[in-house]
Amino acid sequence: MKSTITCAIVAILSLPFSLSASLGRDAASVQEDVAKMQGTLRTSGGDSYTLHEIQTPAGVAVKEYASPVGRVFAVTWKGPFHPDLRQLLGPYYDEYVQAVRTQRTQRSGRGPILIQHPGLVIQVSGHLRSFVGRVYVPQQLPVSMRVEDIR
Amino acid sequence: MKPARLHAIFSLLLAGILATTVGCGGSSNSSNSSSSAGSGGGSNAANNVQTITVSAGPTAGTNLRSINEAFTSVIVCAPGSTSNCQTISGILVDTGSPGLRILSSALTISLPQQTGAGGNAVVECLPFVDGFTWGPVHTADLTIAGEHAKSLPMQVIGGSTFPNIPTSCSSNGAEEDDLSSLGANGILGLGSFAQDCGDACTLTGSSNPGLYYTCTSSSCTITTESLVDQVANPVVFFASDNNGVLIELPAVAAAETSITGSLIFGIGTQSNNGLGNATVYSINPSTGDITTRFNNTTYTSFLDSGSNAIYFLNAASTGIPTCKDLTFWYCPTSTQSLSATNQGANGASGTFTFTVGNADTLTNNVSIAVADGLAGPNSDAATFDWGLPFFYGRHVYTAIDKQNTPGGVGPYWAY
Repeated sequence: MKSTITCAIVAILSLPFSLSASLGRDAASVQEDVAKMQGTLRTSGGDSYTLHEIQTPAGVAVKEYASPVGRVFAVTWKGPFHPDLRQLLGPYYDEYVQAVRTQRTQRSGRGPILIQHPGLVIQVSGHLRSFVGRVYVPQQLPVSMRVEDIR
Repeated sequence: MKPARLHAIFSLLLAGILATTVGCGGSSNSSNSSSSAGSGGGSNAANNVQTITVSAGPTAGTNLRSINEAFTSVIVCAPGSTSNCQTISGILVDTGSPGLRILSSALTISLPQQTGAGGNAVVECLPFVDGFTWGPVHTADLTIAGEHAKSLPMQVIGGSTFPNIPTSCSSNGAEEDDLSSLGANGILGLGSFAQDCGDACTLTGSSNPGLYYTCTSSSCTITTESLVDQVANPVVFFASDNNGVLIELPAVAAAETSITGSLIFGIGTQSNNGLGNATVYSINPSTGDITTRFNNTTYTSFLDSGSNAIYFLNAASTGIPTCKDLTFWYCPTSTQSLSATNQGANGASGTFTFTVGNADTLTNNVSIAVADGLAGPNSDAATFDWGLPFFYGRHVYTAIDKQNTPGGVGPYWAY
């Protein structure tokens, strides 16, 4: 047991994205998110994925979906504010911001975000006090899982 | 209350008293020429009608031109002053957010800075769906139509005074602190809430969502912000006509270059803003949402003049294809007429039809800034965002949280 924990810590420390990631990373990084958001964690298992639900003190419900091999392939949030998206999206955050900027320009106005890159899908809607977001890496979804199951 | 802020308020009071004693009180250099539609409130009734224009906006002529966004102008003055004033146009009329925000680059007058703990400046990070605005909270006297909001806390967006955005703020997505990213010289937030953050920002510790900071020139710390100090819906600061707004826009036949309409302050306060036979849809006071029933399924929904299309469902669930390049809009081969039912928390419901046109056709002429039928998919999380096209041909009332109106206590939408 102890050696497993040690291995997990070593694995975290040796990952290239330091202490700022979740999407696309090992499920162990969920613990970093919990710490960063000062939230509470509830984990439940399914056949094709593990669901980590984080409730932040500011009232945001975050869900992280991890594959059987332990990689986070989708995150969602719902609440009055956004969670720490840099923390939650990790290595995908810069792509997220750039895609949002591009769409904002093309849209000629304001509206929800709907971005479908080959390797990243971003869906955010709502308004202050009621935001809903969903970001996932389509290639990393378990074969038995449908996109609609990410909610 | 913090001593620094008390001092600031005392200074403002003093400034106001001095201004009054030297005979400078009263209206500013208002250049509003809106027709004085309402006089039913008696001879003391303020002119409550502000002209709004749906146009390409301040980014006209560029590839950033606006479509389906309503603009107006406001007059801001240093508190108590009638000479240190500025008229600013190209301000987005947004019923989806509360509070006045003006780009630092559009502001030429000096306004007093709100201070908090340690006498440091209060700086705000306001999250929008697609990003955030960052900038200090200042205090201004706002004049719009004949209405005055005295000593209104507002946000000055961007600027060079506080360039180091804390990561807890910049982790909200894209920064929208200049004309090209904001698409407007400012935002006039007239939503259903009285303050932008509300009770959450008055909390200490990790429950505080981190919208307000106190900053030195080099670093910022999350701070609590009392309701009276928060950036506020200007309407609640008016002496009268302060319970909500009415937006009147004409019906639109497909696409046009621009249209004008009216932003009327107050609900049932003058002869020009009565509810008439409008239906009141109560808003959930914690989320700011109502519901929409479509194809026998109920969805979360909201009315938002700041959204530039009707955003709902997706191509799979509607059977309407998205455009080839502009994948955030629908491109049906022929205009679709659909039916939906809005439902308030009070049980009120009303069915109506709306159209979904081909966005490529509607927007391919660069002179077009008004497009009825512009619609697009929303996130699969199933929210209906009734943007500005919903307002065309309607009189839409937005009643503010906890305010009394002839249609009941806000928040609600009515149309």
